[in-house]
Amino acid sequence: MKSILKKLLLLTLFLPIAALSQDALTGNVLDGNNSKPLPGVNVNIKNSSGGVSTDFDGSFKITNIRMGDIVVFSYIGYKTEIITYSGQKNVKIYLDDEQNSLKEVVIQVGYGSVKKKDATGSVTTLTAKDFNKGPVVSVDQMIQGKIAGVQITSNGGSPGDGATIRIRQGSSLNASNDPLYVIDGVPVDPGIEGGKNPLTTINQNDIESVTILKDASATAIYGSKASNGVVIITTKKGKSGDLQIGYNGNFSVSTIAKTVDNLSSDQFRTYVNANGNVAQKALIGNSNTDWQKEIYRIAKGTDHNITLSGGSEILVYRASVGFTDMSGLLQKDNFNRTTLGVNLIGKFFDNHLKIELNNKTAVIKNDYSNQGAIGGAVGYDPTQSIYNPDGSFRQWNYSTAPLAAANPLSLINQKTNLGNSTRSIGNIQTEYKLHFFPDLKIVANLGYDYQSGRSFGNTSKDFYIIGEQGNSYLNTEEKKNILMDLFVGYKKDLKIIKGSVEFTGGYTYQNFDRKFLKSSTVFSTGVTTNESTTREIVNLQSVFGRAIFNIADKYILTATIRRDGTSRFAPEFRWSNFPSVALAWKIKDESFVKNITSISNLKLRLGWGITGQQNIGTTYPSLPLYLNSTTTAQYPFGSTYYTTVRPQSYNSKLKWEQTETRNVGLDFGFFNNRVNGSIDLYEKRTTDLISYIPNPAFFGFSNYDNYNIGSLKNQGVEISAEIVPVKTNDLTWSIGGNITLQNSKITELIPGASNIGFPTGDGINGGIGNQVLQNQVGYAPNSFYVFEQAYNANGQPISGVFIDRNGNGIIDDGDKYFFRKPSADIFYGFFSNLSYKNWDASMSWRGSWNNYIYNNVDSNLGWQGQVLVRNTDLANGVTNLLETNFTTASAERYLSDYYVQKASFIRLDNVTIGYNFKKLFDNKVNAKLSLSGQNLLVITPYKGIDPEISNGIDKNIYPRPRMFTIGLNVNF
Amino acid sequence: MKKMKKNLLAIATLFCIIIFNSCTNELNTSPSGDSQNAEALFANPASYKQFLAKLYAGLSTSGQQGPSGNPDISGIDEGFSQYIRGFWNAQELTTDEAIIAWNDATIKDFHGQVWTPSDGFLAATFSRLAFQVTNCNEYLRQTTDEKLSSRGVSSALLSEIKTYRAEARFLRALSYWHIIDLFGGGSLETENSLITYHLPEYATRAQIFAFVELELNAMDADLKAPNTNEQYRVDKAAGWMLKAKLLMNAKVYVGTDRYADAYTAINKVITQSTYSICPTYKNLFLADNNNNGAQNEIIFAVAFDGLRTQTYGGTTYLVHAPVGGNMPASQFGINGGWGGIRTTSSFVSKFSGMTGDLRGNFYTSGQNLTINDVATFTDGYAISKFKNVKVNGMQGSDTAGNFADTDFPMFRLGDAYLMYVECFLRGAGGSSTTALGYVNALRVRAYGNSTGNISSLPSGTTGLQFVLDERGRELHWEGHRRTDLIRFGQFTGSDYIWPWKGNVPAGTSTPSYRDLFPIPARAIAANQNLQQNPEY
Repeated sequence: MKSILKKLLLLTLFLPIAALSQDALTGNVLDGNNSKPLPGVNVNIKNSSGGVSTDFDGSFKITNIRMGDIVVFSYIGYKTEIITYSGQKNVKIYLDDEQNSLKEVVIQVGYGSVKKKDATGSVTTLTAKDFNKGPVVSVDQMIQGKIAGVQITSNGGSPGDGATIRIRQGSSLNASNDPLYVIDGVPVDPGIEGGKNPLTTINQNDIESVTILKDASATAIYGSKASNGVVIITTKKGKSGDLQIGYNGNFSVSTIAKTVDNLSSDQFRTYVNANGNVAQKALIGNSNTDWQKEIYRIAKGTDHNITLSGGSEILVYRASVGFTDMSGLLQKDNFNRTTLGVNLIGKFFDNHLKIELNNKTAVIKNDYSNQGAIGGAVGYDPTQSIYNPDGSFRQWNYSTAPLAAANPLSLINQKTNLGNSTRSIGNIQTEYKLHFFPDLKIVANLGYDYQSGRSFGNTSKDFYIIGEQGNSYLNTEEKKNILMDLFVGYKKDLKIIKGSVEFTGGYTYQNFDRKFLKSSTVFSTGVTTNESTTREIVNLQSVFGRAIFNIADKYILTATIRRDGTSRFAPEFRWSNFPSVALAWKIKDESFVKNITSISNLKLRLGWGITGQQNIGTTYPSLPLYLNSTTTAQYPFGSTYYTTVRPQSYNSKLKWEQTETRNVGLDFGFFNNRVNGSIDLYEKRTTDLISYIPNPAFFGFSNYDNYNIGSLKNQGVEISAEIVPVKTNDLTWSIGGNITLQNSKITELIPGASNIGFPTGDGINGGIGNQVLQNQVGYAPNSFYVFEQAYNANGQPISGVFIDRNGNGIIDDGDKYFFRKPSADIFYGFFSNLSYKNWDASMSWRGSWNNYIYNNVDSNLGWQGQVLVRNTDLANGVTNLLETNFTTASAERYLSDYYVQKASFIRLDNVTIGYNFKKLFDNKVNAKLSLSGQNLLVITPYKGIDPEISNGIDKNIYPRPRMFTIGLNVNF
Repeated sequence: MKKMKKNLLAIATLFCIIIFNSCTNELNTSPSGDSQNAEALFANPASYKQFLAKLYAGLSTSGQQGPSGNPDISGIDEGFSQYIRGFWNAQELTTDEAIIAWNDATIKDFHGQVWTPSDGFLAATFSRLAFQVTNCNEYLRQTTDEKLSSRGVSSALLSEIKTYRAEARFLRALSYWHIIDLFGGGSLETENSLITYHLPEYATRAQIFAFVELELNAMDADLKAPNTNEQYRVDKAAGWMLKAKLLMNAKVYVGTDRYADAYTAINKVITQSTYSICPTYKNLFLADNNNNGAQNEIIFAVAFDGLRTQTYGGTTYLVHAPVGGNMPASQFGINGGWGGIRTTSSFVSKFSGMTGDLRGNFYTSGQNLTINDVATFTDGYAISKFKNVKVNGMQGSDTAGNFADTDFPMFRLGDAYLMYVECFLRGAGGSSTTALGYVNALRVRAYGNSTGNISSLPSGTTGLQFVLDERGRELHWEGHRRTDLIRFGQFTGSDYIWPWKGNVPAGTSTPSYRDLFPIPARAIAANQNLQQNPEY
């Protein structure tokens, strides 16, 4: 008890205590296979409280040891090693893999965990050694390219930018295709006003493991929201032993890798003089300004984290604090984050009661700068100066040229856009093994996810547009989400089947409460308009059960069932059942394989299951509601203005979208697992797609509404493998990789109307209401639907001339055709690690094949009207203009297949070199210094600045930086 | 021990059931803030007028958040889904009066008369018209006697709601008339139609025509007497005007000559109301046309306001889009032009030899009469008709110069005069003296004196051509041209050719099936009961 108090004191005050030792044992624990240091090994003196764990270097120091004490070295997945203390000063302990084969990695499967060797579903777990290194700020960046079937595309190069994550392709057309994130047992919500990537809330240094559940047999236990896979994030926990202090920090420098090829000031002058009229030629300025160079900079970032951990057998703790400050390439762009993570685990009553407390809090301040300047810099006249002689920003005359673009630097400097957000995720999980019936455990998990954020900004009173001077906006949002899981688990070894049975069953409750307010203030009138103020609540409840039968440790059957209810649907359609079954056959343990020594692992997995989707953008799609108008959309009768009310469109028969997944997988390992990996084949069929499609005219309160219409089929093959060609005491070299082949097809949209398609996706830049993507039966979702460009004998595209594909003599909508799609047919990642004595090095590559991008930068800025738009102002174009010489303004030109460009790529994501300094300062301190580079090389035929754009439309993304980082990791 | 286990299990089960039951009720959630359910809404007596305001606003705003946001119509840029903008494009861009330079999707197909069933603008307009019908139906459902008495509505409000209901029926009839005129058929859904999901039946042009005529007769008693309603709300005169418009085009719509009935209705508009001609023509299209005298002529105005009724369609569009070239935006009360809409030389020639006619409003400086390139704003004369300035030259209420205050005159007395003249010339009734008087009343206003007066009405085909041309001069850009040209047989075919008709510079004949727009392909996809118009 005294010890607990001491530790508690420690925890509160963060004070180190001196070890009161008479005798001490130091040493290193190494992997028996490859002599690599093993961090995190528990080192305990038998029958004594205190214990320590090895640091990243594998070294440990245990104090208060007496002659004859038995020291136990235990580590999950490894055989426990025991030595008797007889006065040794420094020992070297080698731990062997358990069974000398598969490491007993434990993976999270939702409401419990299983040993990896017993897993029946398609599940991948990554731990620290697998994560991408470098100045990452969120978990998506740590696992990018590492897992077959998982495609992660960052939304841009600004620090803290979000990412689009697709696990086995999107299974929905209009509902969310994002996976479900579960952080330490708390399913979390996407982001908030004033934030960026919601995953930046979790400090990357606190993450112990990331588990991706891919097939339905694994995800069905999460039922709702699980159709697009589940990402389970587990944070690091304390380990019993003396206080350990760790520091982890880095300093990074970002540089711009590529900017848009626009006309130089000389090219621009030549072009305008050759093609412009008198008025336009007269507008040419005398300066030579490379606007892209002006808005970007070399950006710096720092990241510092301090971790304290330790504890006794009864209570372990871990606390961390992190400070991140990263600047973006764009002037002013900055991401500033403070994180705090606390984890406490207490074990009481002879380990019958386990209480775990988690809290992760982040305070994030963003300066978004003004991303409008990115496109603005490409299109601003390069012959104009930045400033007027009086020091003000040079602008076009607003009264004669109101549609002219603003000076990009004035956009950055005279329009601020800031965001503040706070997020706290926490839970308390109580697990009680009944005293009189210890096979049964009762678990209660109470959690919350609180977010509050605001984004705000204003326009300088010096801005040149009088109507915008001093205007400001403020958007606030608050989300209070609570979670309650109550479940019981029962596990029993059964001799009759030479194995075991395990049952889990319970109830889960989630409530999402969201309040938001958007307002803007016009300075000149002082009028503040509240655009919307709303409180919305989504409630989800479920009961679930899982049974695992392990027969003879060879055949493992997992069956799950979940019944989900959602507030989004009317009571009669609210509930749905989501079952799954999976079978694993551990072939390796069959007698006819057991003796083949070259085979170290062989397991076949079969899985089937159904998951659901209800996460569509609106909260009340099934309820008849009326919406008030804002003060700017009133209507007068007489001289009184009335706030109007509009009946909202709704579909009271909306029900769950369902995805049925089949999966066949094979896990293999040969030659002592020096070659290991797995192959998975899957097929996902989604039916009752919640599609946002046209209402029958004269029915429904809008022309579009949500209906359960249409079907979608996704298929894929995923292969991942690791090979260890060299493995000696000093040198280890491993190569790993994964490759995914995929395709997706809409199999039905509207019954009986097979040739009907709907435009989808963002409108493109240029014109209004032009869309290049279409959903149609027989094609991949979001396929490009465009006109076929006509070319002359020299292969030059002819301005405004297209192929009359339907031969009706005119170019009309009937001439459009399906040409390519944004999603890749194949994507892959491969990486290599090399360690030699104190040195280690790694690199990772990533790529995709046969993905296409609509080059909206070229289509919007690559024609004569872009440059010579009016007689009152000029704008810059891209160099593609000189190649095409396009002059036509027709809408068809935007929708030409000429702009649909191949964007296959190979990217060198990361190269890292590290050196371990061992036993510094009298053996008390270990340190590791590393140097890494990110985004070092991209090989692609794509003509824009970056071939990775998740929605397939390149609208001038924030350039992804090339980064160089120096990192230091110290433990003492 | 075993018993204890059992008891514990029983208690636990009971506990779970209690928790579960109380929790599942929480699956019934509803919002608070800007949206509410019907029960909460209609508890407030003011809600009936607010809902009525939405039916009117359906002609004016494009969604619940001005100028854009929470749109009524999805799948198109919100500004394009605004009622007047969609209607205007269909009625004007397709004719000699207007041509547009922009590159927005299929916008140029209007003037070239090459639109297709997949046209997004037509789909949005069809949706907007149907949206109005659906909302009016819901209004009538929510204001039945049973519903009102169950909510304990006061008797004073009850009688007021009776008028509201008639106005809702008028607005529904108006949109159905626009459907008849633009698309021919559709579906005839009323307050008695199913409220659960169903595919509405197809209704022919004749069926909808018959319904609208019946409705106009039926609602007449409940509409307020002419000139007695609040500004912006319709009265009996608006009902008669709509009836006259429907019947004047009956030959086109249903193949029956109903000019005589149209005459009766239009004569009532003129003689049984106190609407009067506004002395200054240009005042009809200014920011203060709700109080500069124009309001006395306008029988039915769609309201816009630069601060409180904002949209990117409506008169904001009609003021901004025709300003470009070297036209000074400040004279239009806006921060800049959108450089889109001009007119053709054919329309300009309607004013040849009429230099004193101030209705011309052509802006010629820096503009070429001939249109070599449709996409070049300076090709084609500009027209300065709609402006966001007041009579005194001051800009409208939006100091930033984005949104116009100008109301859109849907029906005005000047139109009624020329309808009378046309009915007379077609031998449907009326007197020659009166007809001549009406023409000259408009001419005196147009010229500012009597120099433009005519001494006698031409007759026969000359007379008809005269009234068509006079309608063009008086009512151009007010959303009447396509209907007028069709009624006179000059919209398609070769009888009247204007530049870029048929998508060629000099203009060419177009097939007569284009007198109707196609039912949008998207609408047919969503409801296979709808029947496509011939030859599309």
